[in-house]
Amino acid sequence: MATKSAGQLFDKVLIANRGEIALRIQRACRELAIKTVVVHSEADADAKYVRLADESVCIGPPPSAQSYLNIPAIISAAEVTDAQAIHPGYGFLSENADFAEKVEKSGFVFIGPRPDTIRLMGDKVNAKIAMGKAGIPVVPGSEGALPEDPKEIVKIARAVKYPVIIKAAGGGGGRGMRVVHTEAALLPAVSLTRSEAGAAFGNATVYLEKYLDKPRHIEIQVLADEHKNTVYLFERDCSMQRRHQKIIEEAPAPGIALRSLTRIGERCAEACRKINYRGAGTFEFLYQDDEFFFIEMNTRIQVEHPVTEMITGIDIVQQQIRVAAGQRLTIRQRDVVRRGHAIECRINAEDPDTFAPSPGRITSYHAPGGPGIRVDSHVYHNYFVPPNYDSMIGKVIAYGDTREQAIARMRVALSEMVVEGIKTNIPLHQELLLDDSFLRGGTTIHYLEQRMAKRKQTA
Amino acid sequence: MDLRKLKTLIELVESSGIAELEIAEGEERVRITRALAPQAHHHALPPQHGTPMPMAHVPAPAAVQEPEGHTIKSPMVGTFYRSASPGAKAFVDIGDSVQVGDPLCIIEAMKLMNEIEADRAGVVKAILAENGQAVEYGQPLVIIG
Repeated sequence: MATKSAGQLFDKVLIANRGEIALRIQRACRELAIKTVVVHSEADADAKYVRLADESVCIGPPPSAQSYLNIPAIISAAEVTDAQAIHPGYGFLSENADFAEKVEKSGFVFIGPRPDTIRLMGDKVNAKIAMGKAGIPVVPGSEGALPEDPKEIVKIARAVKYPVIIKAAGGGGGRGMRVVHTEAALLPAVSLTRSEAGAAFGNATVYLEKYLDKPRHIEIQVLADEHKNTVYLFERDCSMQRRHQKIIEEAPAPGIALRSLTRIGERCAEACRKINYRGAGTFEFLYQDDEFFFIEMNTRIQVEHPVTEMITGIDIVQQQIRVAAGQRLTIRQRDVVRRGHAIECRINAEDPDTFAPSPGRITSYHAPGGPGIRVDSHVYHNYFVPPNYDSMIGKVIAYGDTREQAIARMRVALSEMVVEGIKTNIPLHQELLLDDSFLRGGTTIHYLEQRMAKRKQTA
Repeated sequence: MDLRKLKTLIELVESSGIAELEIAEGEERVRITRALAPQAHHHALPPQHGTPMPMAHVPAPAAVQEPEGHTIKSPMVGTFYRSASPGAKAFVDIGDSVQVGDPLCIIEAMKLMNEIEADRAGVVKAILAENGQAVEYGQPLVIIG
């Protein structure tokens, strides 16, 4: 295994992911003169970032379980290429504490938090308890796992007050949840969620929370190094969602007082210090009536990180790499200044109305450009979008001095963008960018689905 | 750097499995990149500095025609070895007859030795990887005809 001198960045980083984030990580590495090793499945052998990598290793057939989730293959690839560090991206193994542990035990640096931090935040019940202890406001609820005794469960729900939501401890990211409006529906909902959770996550533990009726999804980005520096990079508003999947994200969050954001940001940074956090992370909150309620923490880089990068000028992926190499963050809290407004549209290979996935060959591709436009995408002309992975083919980010300018620039950019041969959700984005409620700002996480339901009724 | 040293370095690169060797001695710097063997290296070609995205990452077409037969491909990422231990006799050589289940080579991954067996009977026509070479999933190893 190659070693590095203390304080130097790495000689070689293995990128254990695919798609746009693999390209993103590669760009950060190349800028820092770090060699890249890209692992890929057979379906991604022609990816742009594979061609641009210093070395590439095919680790398996298309199915994720045999490739991007194949821990021995990835570690083996790091061994044969003498990589020093592994960046897990987002999704796949990025929040798998076992993987992080195995990476470190095999002598490589895992670019991310410590394995036990990942483990703590991966269990949503324990994460809430830990955050509550660290002074972060949490959604009122069962304060721990739901007990077996039905009488106890009913008592807890009454104290929290309906409507409530049952969540799986091993879930997260919108999976394993069920809303309950009345006491009559409570116990069947709990046992159903329990058995689904057991099957899906191997963990039947569930907990209960107050269900907020008009919340926004506001998240706080943090960065922490191993020299006791922790900063918060303020917030992102990711309320535009469908089935718990984010579609449009923006920073700053419209209409929230700076004082409130500073206060919650400081609490998050303080919580990071308490749990000895390392690397980049995001605290996710539901925000309602000027109150923040913690729901979960993501111990990885997030899809929507570019909007924070655009308004702060900070390269989050590079900071991740620096922290992992033992360096100090190059910024202090007082250096974190926000300027302007950024919006990100996730471009998915899917039917804009039915949301059915649309893999296949992109027969014609033209990316937008111009002032304030950033495109994070791995696709290119004649690229074949494989059917084996999620449908996101790229992100278009628009930056402006004001929210209005960012929106105007995004409209222009999407009108220029050409993706033929497959269907994309660009038409949906174009509609939303003309939507009155979106233009006013501050829509809740239920807005998009309510809007779609209304349109179905009037259609 | 004198010619004798250069020659030694070139021979070193040729006889080993390394793809590229860069040595700096004071102000002088030498980089020797291995010429591509007909059998594909699993590593992508290092892009030349300044050139845009290369059109193909697959190395030069084979100068030698690969013989007909059934190709055994690597089922995992690891290091290819032709024998059970260093210095021991190779499992098979070109021309050997093999039965189903006969060991052909070893792929070492994460300190574990994995024997790769023939899944077909026949004669070994070609051995496509070199002893000690890193191989990736799906990489052709042996051809049995």
